[in-house]
Amino acid sequence: MFDYESLKLIWWVLVGVLLIGFALTDGFDLGAAALLPFVGRSDNERRVVINTIAPHWDGNQVWLITAGGALFAAWPLVYAAAFSGFYWALLLVLFALFVRPVGFDYRSKLENTRWRQSWDWGLFVGGVVPSLVFGVAFGNLLLGVPFQFDDSLRSSYQGGLWQLLNPFGLLAGVVSLSMLSLHGGTWLMMRTQGAIAQRARQAALVLALLFLASFCGAGLWLWLGDIEGLVITSGFDPSAALNPLGKTVARGNPGWLGNYAQYPLSQLAPLAGILGAVLAFAGAGAWRGGLAFLGSSLAIVGTLCTAGFALFPFVMPSSLDAASSLTVWDAVSSRMTLGIMLVAAAIFVPLILCYTLWSYAKMWGKVTTAQIDDNPHGLY
Amino acid sequence: MISETVVDLSRLQFAMTAMYHFLFVPLTLGLAFLLAIMESVYVMTGKQVYQDMTRFWGKLFGINFALGVTTGLTMEFQFGTNWAYYSHYVGDIFGAPLAIEGLMAFFLESTFIGLFFFGWDRLSKLQHLAVTWLVAIGSNMSALWILIANGWMQNPVGAEFNFETMRMELTSFGELLFNPVAQVKFVHTVAAGYVTGSVFVLAISSWYLLKRRDLGFARRSFAIASAFGLASVLSVIVLGDESGYEIGDVQKTKLAAIEAEWETEEAPAAFTLFGLPNQAEQRTDYAVKIPYAMGIIATRSLDQQVTGIKQLIDQHERRIRNGMLAYERLQSLRAGDKSEANIAAFDALKQDLGYGLLLKKYSETVVDASEAQIKQAALDTIPDVASLFWTFRIMVLSGFLMLALFVCAFWASARKNEESKPWLLRWALWSLPLPWLAAQTGWYVAEHGRQPWSIGEVLPTHLSASSVSAGDVWGSLIALLAFYSLLLVIEMYLMIKFARLGPSSLHTGRYHFERKSGQAPAAQPALV
Repeated sequence: MFDYESLKLIWWVLVGVLLIGFALTDGFDLGAAALLPFVGRSDNERRVVINTIAPHWDGNQVWLITAGGALFAAWPLVYAAAFSGFYWALLLVLFALFVRPVGFDYRSKLENTRWRQSWDWGLFVGGVVPSLVFGVAFGNLLLGVPFQFDDSLRSSYQGGLWQLLNPFGLLAGVVSLSMLSLHGGTWLMMRTQGAIAQRARQAALVLALLFLASFCGAGLWLWLGDIEGLVITSGFDPSAALNPLGKTVARGNPGWLGNYAQYPLSQLAPLAGILGAVLAFAGAGAWRGGLAFLGSSLAIVGTLCTAGFALFPFVMPSSLDAASSLTVWDAVSSRMTLGIMLVAAAIFVPLILCYTLWSYAKMWGKVTTAQIDDNPHGLY
Repeated sequence: MISETVVDLSRLQFAMTAMYHFLFVPLTLGLAFLLAIMESVYVMTGKQVYQDMTRFWGKLFGINFALGVTTGLTMEFQFGTNWAYYSHYVGDIFGAPLAIEGLMAFFLESTFIGLFFFGWDRLSKLQHLAVTWLVAIGSNMSALWILIANGWMQNPVGAEFNFETMRMELTSFGELLFNPVAQVKFVHTVAAGYVTGSVFVLAISSWYLLKRRDLGFARRSFAIASAFGLASVLSVIVLGDESGYEIGDVQKTKLAAIEAEWETEEAPAAFTLFGLPNQAEQRTDYAVKIPYAMGIIATRSLDQQVTGIKQLIDQHERRIRNGMLAYERLQSLRAGDKSEANIAAFDALKQDLGYGLLLKKYSETVVDASEAQIKQAALDTIPDVASLFWTFRIMVLSGFLMLALFVCAFWASARKNEESKPWLLRWALWSLPLPWLAAQTGWYVAEHGRQPWSIGEVLPTHLSASSVSAGDVWGSLIALLAFYSLLLVIEMYLMIKFARLGPSSLHTGRYHFERKSGQAPAAQPALV
């Protein structure tokens, strides 16, 4: 149906779609949880915040799980090298995510104030830590990751959690944290009213500015700073089987901006990131929750595409041994597996979108403190 | 060479996280169907009590489900963090069912679980019923895909080693899907889940009946659980995964180990009911045997042999020697000699490459392994016999105890006299741990019985681990154990609290603690 080279490209797009799907859906519930202690002051207000995402957080989280599975199936070398390399960063994310399923379900099952407040802070951590760490990890991809392969394609990683927390990595973390928290804020503007919506709006206004500043700051850093991107120089056949060590790679792509010069259309991605944030700011300013949510969604799509386009065809550059860097051409599964997975994705992704939209439609509407008072035992 | 400490710790961590995860999974699998059945009865009869049953058991389902999701997160990423070489070596095959599991099953289950809990007032009766069924189907589909992945670890069909890419690659998706080991494992595992759900509902309902409260509610729950449980426990036992032991060398070795059959016996072989397996001396002390039984159970015939452990070790030693030759060829292929003769020679030997890799534990170069190392590697192909022998027997005994329980419970429920049999109710209550005991020992048999392989006859476990430090794995192992245990304590606390409260926790005004107003609710002030 498709040749191997096209399949490799399609899977680059599909992994991107899964990550964007994750950031768009789970993004707002991570963001709402990150804002939980601030926009909800009383217990009832916090329950309102939680109940805007109660029916959806679990389905949303599956985008992340499926992205993990798709990485395993489509880019096994990336799955292996990234997760064993970013060992503690990934565990940190997992521990933060552990709190969420239990936090949502258990929090309101007991009436004890300390119990509930403890879970609220647990949910806060469960929202902030993953949002931050995902950004830090992406930032470090642009810097290059200290890993390499031996001849049997066993990866080894030299470094630890602390090396990830460098200035550029942290700046990327701020981009991602402000982006997803902004998304949570605009979501809460749409789904709540009164004092909660008011506080969510204030948070969205501040976060939109923080996102704009950090996103543009990271762009300037790449443009003017000394981050050195990579280019493939030889030994490269997109339709050949996997052999990451068969290519030669050189430094010489300042700030990963080469693709933007070569393919000017790709500049739409950072532009969308900026425009989205401006739209979110304007929407929040004008009390238009739906518009603001559209803006934060656009900012997310723009930001993820910006990172993906900059790196292409690399997905995991190595700072230790440039030739070990993983690209969309050589980190991939066999042609048969990519083909089968494509069929599965083509059948199920549209189906998933349909029933996900149906579930949102059924649960749509403002969640209010009065609803919590009416049904204190049925709701979270 | 990878440090053995890292491998052992990684195995311990995987076993711990998987076994914790499987405390919650079987109850989800079984309870989901019981909820769907209860709600179907509600929609068909319109009787309120069945909706209350769906909601109350659904509440307990939710408490359990939350931890299932939490512990499940680790499983999706742990192959990458701790088994990176495994992920590279077999990701081409193993990753696909995991990704499809997400697309086909997790999305379905997780999207509709939200509507199950919060959609009661927003959906029509039929829509809500459909949602509940979709949750049950989704959870069972996820079991299907994960067991296809696991079945492939036991019996790796439909794949071939590619020396260019240094990994296994898929050759037939159909074979992967219809792997007989995966099929029997799926039926066995989900049916075991249904039994778990049934014992759970049966035990707690029996407690209400013993306490003589919410009788109508408890009686109906008891009836549904005993009928569904009887059918399920029969499928676990009759369609058990024993038939899977005929296929593949790993399964044969596992079978010989759980039966502690050191020598190949004349068909049909006797079944060792009891004994003390002694692996060092390769014999079983104080064995009590039932003639013919094992031959019939394991091969479903009177004339097929069950291969003994000593014979398997001999066969494996030959394959290890072949594997050394395969490895030598592989090295020359990787070094660039891709002549047709070389490729043909490798192809002729490559089915034994995995056996050659077993020597990596002792010799980095494989080809110059000593005689003693080859002998040791052959002995390594037999997993720990004594622990398999005993865990298997605990699993089977638990299964038959539950069969007896469900026969009696179903009989009593059909004659509507379970309330007058306190012995039966107490028996049901005290059987609550049995399905978990059976599931945990069963997984021990399945996965420890696969050792020393992570992928049967293809990839040894000790080669599969990540290049991480022992300190890293110690850290994550302790942190995971501590955090999981804390969450388990919290879960058990809530589960017991809500199970004791019973359907009164729905606050409908129809149940025990609400009717004696002013008295009983005050006794449970902290509950919602």
